[in-house]
Amino acid sequence: MRSLLGALPCLALAAPVPRGVPPSTLTVYAAASLTRAFADLGDTLQGLTPGLKVTFNFAGSQQLALQIEQGAPADVFASADQRWMSQLVDSGLVEGVPAVFAHNRLVVITPRVGAVRRLEDLARPGVELVLAADAVPVGRYARQALAALARLPEFGPGFDRRVLANLVSDEENVKAVVAKVQLGEADAGIVYLSDVTAEVAPQVARIYIPDAANVIADYPVAVLRHAPHPDAARAFVGLLLSPTGRAVLRAGGLIPAAGD
Amino acid sequence: MPARRLGGMVWEIGVLAAVGVLLAFLGLPLVSLVVRVPPVELWARLVAPASLTALRLSLETSVVATLAVMALGLPVAYVLATRRFPGKRVLEVVVELPMVLPPTVAGVGLLLAFGRAGLAGRALGAFGLSIPFTTLAVVLAQLFVACPFFVSAATAGLREVDGRYADAAATLRASPAYAFRRVLLPLALPSVAAGAAMSWARALGEFGATIMFAGNLPGRTQTLPLAVYIGLQTDLQSAVALSVVLLILAFTILIGLRMVHRFPHGAWTARAPGDGR
Repeated sequence: MRSLLGALPCLALAAPVPRGVPPSTLTVYAAASLTRAFADLGDTLQGLTPGLKVTFNFAGSQQLALQIEQGAPADVFASADQRWMSQLVDSGLVEGVPAVFAHNRLVVITPRVGAVRRLEDLARPGVELVLAADAVPVGRYARQALAALARLPEFGPGFDRRVLANLVSDEENVKAVVAKVQLGEADAGIVYLSDVTAEVAPQVARIYIPDAANVIADYPVAVLRHAPHPDAARAFVGLLLSPTGRAVLRAGGLIPAAGD
Repeated sequence: MPARRLGGMVWEIGVLAAVGVLLAFLGLPLVSLVVRVPPVELWARLVAPASLTALRLSLETSVVATLAVMALGLPVAYVLATRRFPGKRVLEVVVELPMVLPPTVAGVGLLLAFGRAGLAGRALGAFGLSIPFTTLAVVLAQLFVACPFFVSAATAGLREVDGRYADAAATLRASPAYAFRRVLLPLALPSVAAGAAMSWARALGEFGATIMFAGNLPGRTQTLPLAVYIGLQTDLQSAVALSVVLLILAFTILIGLRMVHRFPHGAWTARAPGDGR
């Protein structure tokens, strides 16, 4: 019953679809870490709304924000941090107030067989660490988590500096970090928990970051002011915030935001 | 006769129109980049340490890569131009393949071959050599994508040389090496030089394979195109300024190469020795 209620906004679209009207295409720009969950949501919305097609542009949130600022024809923007959403809000490109729909946490991943077994190993000279660039949300979160770890007695001050000395590449989105670790080319990378999907899990090992130092990523979503399909956009956001959406997010390894 | 003259005029106009359209299409993005950043700001951003580092790295790696392309590519071009053997067509295609491969795919291939976990990379690892994320990886990525440009141009140039010169050299008892060095190569030099210029330009602009195989780290692997791309996402003005730098650099060097005296009549003509150029 609750999921039906969540789907109500979609019925408004489903109702009269006159024959001869070309199918409309909703364009969603979303952070790379949302790939799995949003693809599923897109399928669900398409199922509920005949005549609607949902397409996605998954990339680093910083890249998407830039494209939207340069006039990209997106309907919905879902960012992996508040920073890039706020930039669009300040530019007047967002309709209404963005809603935080999910959270994520960080995890260290390493190749199955490798030199890095514990968090302390990250600081060992010669370890090859790959992170996302600072401009990418997960890259900034990772640096924050390292700084937080350095404040814990087990790691000590300077831990983050020593770890960052092992940085060999600044990737432009989180999936590139995952790929390099998966291929065994990097000794370690810091990504979201949700990035360790069913395909990735067999090839990587996880090292958990203590809650005291881990970062909670906030994912805001908003309909864009110049959206070509505002109704479909609102339907997508409605579905995202509904119990159906929350279930899909949870299945995708994300933490749905609290309460309706 | 009026009809012929009219036909001639239509042809002229058509050709000029086509030239105008292409020039406009190619030129407009370049002009748009240049007018976006005022010259004063351009200079300030150029001399910023991050830009200078990326610029220096780009120049060093692209030059080394181009020299390597020439050293490795010339023998291949020689063989393709002068010899016949089974499997020659396969060799030609293999050498051309990097040109059609999306650079990122090339990068993945390089990683799978020469990465730590790669086919050849494992053997290299036994010698303590790890290539990904190093400046060497940048050079290798550029070498991979730029090779076909040089080899095709050089092969075509060597092929164009009238076979009788090589024959004459042989009857005068010149060894193949001497004939190549003193007869074939000088005659094919315009094409070889053009190929080198194209290779160098391709190496300078290389992005996809570099970021995949070598990664992105300022000072070690962040070439100018990478700096522009990453910079774009935080600071558009800086990135545009860097792009203009890259543009001016490429323009200067390509124009300079055109002025080298062997170029005036294009890349594809074989000239008889003593023809006064």
